[in-house]
Amino acid sequence: MEQTQQAKGAIPRLWGGLVDWADARFPATETWDYHLAKYYAPKNHNFWYLMGWLAMVILANQLITGIWLTMSYVPSDEGAFASVEYIMRDVEFGWLLRYLHSTGASAFFVIVYLHMFRGLMYGSYRKPRELLWLIGMAIFVALMAEGFFGYLLPWGNMSYWAAQVIISLFGAIPYIGPDLMEWIRGDFLVSEITLNRFFALHVVALPLVLVGLVFVHLVALHHVGSTAPDGADIKKHKDATGKPLDGIPFWPYTVTHDVHATVVFLFIFCAAVFYAPEMGGYFLEKPNFEMANPLKTPEHIVPVWYYTPFYAMLRAATYPLFGVPAKFWGLVVMAGAIAIPALLPWLDRSPVASIRSKGLASKWMLGLFVVSFVILGYLGITPPSPVATAAAQVFTVLYFAYFVLMPWYTRVEKTKPPPERVTTR
Amino acid sequence: MSTESAVGGGTPSTAPNPVNRERRYFLIGATATVGGVGAVGAAIPFVQSWMPSAKARAAGAPVTLDIGKLRPGEMLGPIPAWRGKPVFVVRRSDETVAHLEQADPNLADPDSSNPEMQPEYARNPWRSRRPEIGIYLGLCTHLGCSPKFYGAVQPESFDANWQGGFFCPCHGSRFDLAGRVVKAVPAPDNLEVPPYRFASENTVVIGEDEETA
Ligand code: HEM
Repeated sequence: MEQTQQAKGAIPRLWGGLVDWADARFPATETWDYHLAKYYAPKNHNFWYLMGWLAMVILANQLITGIWLTMSYVPSDEGAFASVEYIMRDVEFGWLLRYLHSTGASAFFVIVYLHMFRGLMYGSYRKPRELLWLIGMAIFVALMAEGFFGYLLPWGNMSYWAAQVIISLFGAIPYIGPDLMEWIRGDFLVSEITLNRFFALHVVALPLVLVGLVFVHLVALHHVGSTAPDGADIKKHKDATGKPLDGIPFWPYTVTHDVHATVVFLFIFCAAVFYAPEMGGYFLEKPNFEMANPLKTPEHIVPVWYYTPFYAMLRAATYPLFGVPAKFWGLVVMAGAIAIPALLPWLDRSPVASIRSKGLASKWMLGLFVVSFVILGYLGITPPSPVATAAAQVFTVLYFAYFVLMPWYTRVEKTKPPPERVTTR
Repeated sequence: MSTESAVGGGTPSTAPNPVNRERRYFLIGATATVGGVGAVGAAIPFVQSWMPSAKARAAGAPVTLDIGKLRPGEMLGPIPAWRGKPVFVVRRSDETVAHLEQADPNLADPDSSNPEMQPEYARNPWRSRRPEIGIYLGLCTHLGCSPKFYGAVQPESFDANWQGGFFCPCHGSRFDLAGRVVKAVPAPDNLEVPPYRFASENTVVIGEDEETA
């Protein structure tokens, strides 16, 4: 129905007045247009471009369920384990809040790993998105820290000894190591003091950091715009009014797409929450159903699945070098493996961004990288044995080869030019 | 009020105000330096507050143990004895003591050469004050798991020639009955020996010795 200015009803008029009032005092319409109604994304965005939105959905889930869990959780030596049992058994719907939070942690990592893989595949880290990528890397590190601090809170025996092992890693740093460990724990062993500070970091400090980083992530994204999966640049072809011909505005189009994906995602997520919240010991580990015991290490210490590729690389370092023990080099290898993707914008020397235009070498290396990452993840949960260690060493080398050899293989391979306009397939 | 007086030197306000760059950089530099020192100073309480508190340090007080009932080949512990950390107290048989005194080529550091891992009085083949009583911190020197005590001389799945000692299930490190680490395992050092002293024949005080008392 066509409406003229005069024919508007009372409610739209009132609304228009309110918006005008607000716009004079706050950039409301300007912000809405810049970030939503006039923010264009390539119309050929596929599955992989849904992950950023889903990451925000799961971040919201973590924040809300986390706040509610904090209402019944007690961060003390005597109280922590019991309060988690209390949440599971006596708090109305406490089990649901906890499972949403614990399954959410795993889902967060699934989504973020897929999101990062999209970056590798389509060259999202390349100019002009280097800062966007680096902000993403900061999010990734903050997320790993958030997971680590949160894992101590249930005060189960695996929580306790996982914290002990990871903090001991810092003890491997020459000279300052032992003092650094005491500083992190605030005690001579992991104790209630450690639990209290991890609680503060998990529920206040890191969530603030994460939310702040996600905000600047989006600011950077909206400044440079999204890539298209085929490497076409939608900003090159605009109509007379300056709208990208191959783009669709976020509001109301992309968001419809995203909401649709959210429904499908929630189906899968809820299936895990309701039918497999422990995921056979991978999401919630068996020894953690026993309270923390500073005198007894569980038979087999394993981190939660999302850390295991890096844990396998840590264990793969078995040789002392330059008079420094192997465990220090394990720390170096692990930290290097986490940090090295930050260099991608400068390692990739290809003339093209998307894997669709890159040559065979890039395709093989990316494939090998994914295989190595998955196998390392598997090796990280298996008990140490000579065979597993040797395999971990091979795949650690392959993992690093993807990055270290990139300046070479992206330059020598034959590439195809990217399409001028976006392709839908 | 004339606007002229607000501009330096009474020059007419239309004249460009000359910028004294040197003065500006000096002021910026001085402000940044003082501000930086202030920021570091303000960070100190926050960083220091993470150090072990007075309460944590007090909880690390020495512990007195009666070892009268401990028999050869047995271990007392792990007990939270030194700063709350698990401590192993073992009584060794005469054969074990004799075995420890023989040179073992499989040990990484048979002579306890790292002075940080034991007090001077425990720098001997048995790494203790008395040959038959061994007192060790029950934390692997690799990543701090608590090793398990396998006291018997018998083949074990991890060593067919096992002479008794400690085995860490986390990453497979092994130690002999004097807490000395075996070669080619992840642990870089022998088990730590806490400070301790004997108050009488059968009482041991863990956490203090003549030096620290
Ligand atoms: C809390 C975690 C995160 C949230 C909520 C988030 C959110 C988003 C959103 C909404 C988008 C746009 C939609 C899309 O392309 O998926 C996006 C794009 C992007 N994100 Fe993230 N992100 C997160 C973590 C990361 C991480 C860990 C990295 C990399 C290390 C990263 C790198 C990127 C890049 C490079 C783009 C642009 C992709 C392109 O246009 O090709 N993000 N992010």
